[in-house]
Amino acid sequence: MKALDQKLARDLRTLGGQILTIALVVASGVASFTTVRGAYGSLARARADFYSAQRFPDVFARCERAPRSVLERLEQVPGVAVIEGRVTEQASLPLPWMTEPASAHVVGLPPGGPRLSSLHLRSGRPPRPNDDDEVLLSDAFADEHDLAPGSTVPAILGGVFRELRVVGVALSPEHVLVVAAGDIAVDNRRRGIVFMNEDAVAAATGREGAFDDVVAQLSAGASEEAVLAAFDRILEPYGGYGAHGRDRQLSNFILSGELAQLENMATQIPPLFLLVAAFLLHVVLTRLVQLQRSQVAALKALGYDDLSIGLHYLKLASVIVALGAALGLALGQWFGGGLIDLYRDYFRFPTLEARVDVATAVAAVAVSAIAATVGTFTSVRSILRLAPAEAMRPPAPARYRRGLTDLPGVRRFVPPALQMTLREVQRRPVRLLLSSLGIAASLALLVLGQFFGDAMAWLTDTYMERQQRWDVQVTLREPRDVGGLATFRQLPGVTRAEGMRQVPARVRVGPREREVALQAMVPDRGAEGLQRVVDSEGNVVEPPVDGLLMTSKLAEILGAQPGDGITVEVLEGSRETLTLPLTATVEEPFGLQVYMRSGALHAALRQEPMVTSVLLQVDGLAASSDAEAARDLDQRLARMRDVLGFVHRARMIQEFRAQSAKNIGVFSLVLTLFAATIAIGVVDNNARVSLSMRRRDLASLRVLGFSRAEISEILLSEIALQVLLALPLGLVFGNAMVTSMAAGVADPEVYRLPVIVTAQSYAFAAGVALAAAAFSALLVRRKLDRLDLIAVLKTRE
Amino acid sequence: MVEGPDKQLGEAVLEARDLTKVYRMGEVDVHALRGVDLTLRAGELMVLLGASGSGKSTLLNILGGLDSPSSGTVAYRGADLTHATGAQLTRYRREHVGFIFQFYNLIPSLTARENVALVTDLVSTPMAPEEALEVVGLGPRMDHFPSQLSGGEQQRVAIARAIAKRPDVMLCDEPTGALDYRTGVLVLDVLARINQDLGTTTAIITHNAPVGAMAERVVTLADGAIAETHENEAPVEASSLRW
Repeated sequence: MKALDQKLARDLRTLGGQILTIALVVASGVASFTTVRGAYGSLARARADFYSAQRFPDVFARCERAPRSVLERLEQVPGVAVIEGRVTEQASLPLPWMTEPASAHVVGLPPGGPRLSSLHLRSGRPPRPNDDDEVLLSDAFADEHDLAPGSTVPAILGGVFRELRVVGVALSPEHVLVVAAGDIAVDNRRRGIVFMNEDAVAAATGREGAFDDVVAQLSAGASEEAVLAAFDRILEPYGGYGAHGRDRQLSNFILSGELAQLENMATQIPPLFLLVAAFLLHVVLTRLVQLQRSQVAALKALGYDDLSIGLHYLKLASVIVALGAALGLALGQWFGGGLIDLYRDYFRFPTLEARVDVATAVAAVAVSAIAATVGTFTSVRSILRLAPAEAMRPPAPARYRRGLTDLPGVRRFVPPALQMTLREVQRRPVRLLLSSLGIAASLALLVLGQFFGDAMAWLTDTYMERQQRWDVQVTLREPRDVGGLATFRQLPGVTRAEGMRQVPARVRVGPREREVALQAMVPDRGAEGLQRVVDSEGNVVEPPVDGLLMTSKLAEILGAQPGDGITVEVLEGSRETLTLPLTATVEEPFGLQVYMRSGALHAALRQEPMVTSVLLQVDGLAASSDAEAARDLDQRLARMRDVLGFVHRARMIQEFRAQSAKNIGVFSLVLTLFAATIAIGVVDNNARVSLSMRRRDLASLRVLGFSRAEISEILLSEIALQVLLALPLGLVFGNAMVTSMAAGVADPEVYRLPVIVTAQSYAFAAGVALAAAAFSALLVRRKLDRLDLIAVLKTRE
Repeated sequence: MVEGPDKQLGEAVLEARDLTKVYRMGEVDVHALRGVDLTLRAGELMVLLGASGSGKSTLLNILGGLDSPSSGTVAYRGADLTHATGAQLTRYRREHVGFIFQFYNLIPSLTARENVALVTDLVSTPMAPEEALEVVGLGPRMDHFPSQLSGGEQQRVAIARAIAKRPDVMLCDEPTGALDYRTGVLVLDVLARINQDLGTTTAIITHNAPVGAMAERVVTLADGAIAETHENEAPVEASSLRW
């Protein structure tokens, strides 16, 4: 056994490069598995810890204005353990260094501090009691604007301008991610949270002795559904907007969506990597052992039994797996840490630490080890069937047969060197297929790595480009009549101004419900409007004259078909409950929307047409080159009393892109890196194995007078053939993976990823595979240059 | 360039002067050649005899441009091979030398005809592969793969492959080493015929002393040096060799 171990040590040294590339493939599988699962685990843990430490409420409700006495009735609802009423307000923050004002959600802090959703203080101290101008800022907003204790922030609160003094920076479990209602992305620059003494908010908004926001913690075993119903009933007279649980709390909703997405990726992608790595490990080990065929026969002739020989090769495989696993775990740790560093910027948790999930690590290593064991044993078994005498005989030439290239008429066009490659392929088609499958798998992973970016680019560049034909969206403080649009048309550069009416409502079919906004364009210009309904294919869809046009995902959630009646509870104004027919559905990539014609909506509400936001088309702004004009428009809009806030489309899309670039981009990069490693690993290993198997033939050709370039061509044509076959296969696999991933990864209520593989992405994947092939070709070429002709010819094989 | 058969004995084709070759095998230096002087004359059939380890293969490899000496010079028709580049040696092998090995070194994925064509594609005025195979008596089996041929037949394909490019020199390293007596004689007969008919300068390495009887000159190597040179007044036919 000692001599065999010596052989193992020597083999390891001789096979050094090859072992390293296989280990890298294993490492990629293990690393991607642990990176993604680790990142998911860290975030999930951080959220759970934060929520429990800061007492994140179970139930949330808002109303127009209710007297504090109502809180006692809410507290008596069975199942309610802790209740807290709050005063909140929307404010605009005209920061001098921003042309568009930032907006803030202002939350009143009860005297003695919040009992639920307590704040985690990052720096500074809470506002002093009775001081109306001291505030805490949400930390993402403070970071974005370099605000710290000691800074002052201008604010328009309750219509009055005042200077707020920042005394601290804090995190709230209700605002881990800050998204303005109706926005598509977290925007920490334009949206912040301001915490100040409750009395100060109440005084500024005329809500002394009242509340407009209530949160509750439930006792164990309480029925959330019953509590929500009771809250709705009690708050109804006070303009209740509908109570909801954690699932519809905005920050938690988005956070859950992102976590679900990450979890999906973590469950779907890494096993794919691991599977590919395992497959390759199997293929490569099989070949490695086959190359040592005559040695196995010799060992048997010397009297070694099958088990010792099998174990010998298993040890070899174990070394590779151990090396790959160690490397993979280290890499996973490193990438995981990097990913968490990036997430820390986005997910505002007090502590977010990269964690190593031991179970994940063990699983990753175990899968690799099993693949290696199976690969080793299946290949060793076939070799153990050899008679030992085989080692003693001169090698019999391998058997080849005539094939397609021998057809009369074809043969004379095929030079012998090419014939060698083609016959090899015809003799071992499975081997070629396996090699190509391996490369195709890594191509598919590369395509997948590009997909998330492609999908996002499609959403912003193609979809939103067709949907939104405005340059600036202005949110009004109060709904206004259509006549108000004229004011906006007079602004410099504005060529068109159209209104949009949004009405908060709860749509219901039986027990299924969702809170949405009914949307209508005012005036109603249909396909000519500044904002259009566009389906996932890019077609413009016009809302029907009567009834509702609904995102098909929402219809699916409600279980509604066109023709069904939908109960619509209007959550503002006279708070009517209407029954409107669902007329049509539209497949959309974003959100859950309900569209109506302006005429139908306002007739149902029995109101004159009103607008809640204004869309502007501005000359020259689309090019975003005219900074001077943009600043002028911004300043004029900021001075208008009716305007709560506004957003430039170009900037919004830029922010969205920047955000997805950061999150998805990094993820894609990690995927791409691992996939590229696998591609290089596969191609390189194939090349090395081919070289070892053809060494003798190639040396013979060199002796016959073939130049290095000529014999390289023979070997490289084999590599080229594998890669060429892999290219279309990779596209097919990549598309299949993207299809399954698109369905699994996106949070269906926030966005649905279109199945898109762009030509560029595929070209990129193919490019990486070709580069990997070129890299291996270089390595092979170097080895061929050092081919020891005499040694090869003297030995038998 | 390939030159026509030159049957006039005497002109030096390959000249080795004071060749030494030292290999380092682990801790020890192996002196494979210790000052060998040898001239191979145009058209001659020479047999290099020697026991295993006597340095005969090393000498043949150096003459064929597969290996370089530690010291000394080799010249092909006056051109120095000792300082030739890799590309120049490749050209030399391609255009002037035909090799035959103990283990044939055929390409298993190519038929007999294609194995020969492999070489005829490389040079400017080769024989047709079919013609070369006729010369070695394999005309009827030219579309067989190596796996479908006997050892002797495979070696004859190797010979056809070597002669097809009309080499100036044929270097044969134990061409009968893997063959039985009957087949071995057949192969030697083919080599002698080619030497006769085409005038190809031929060097045959063997450890099998009786083979020397078919050569015009027998050089015996021992311990890396020439121990004896013997001129044969009347070389015998291969078919009358016995061992």
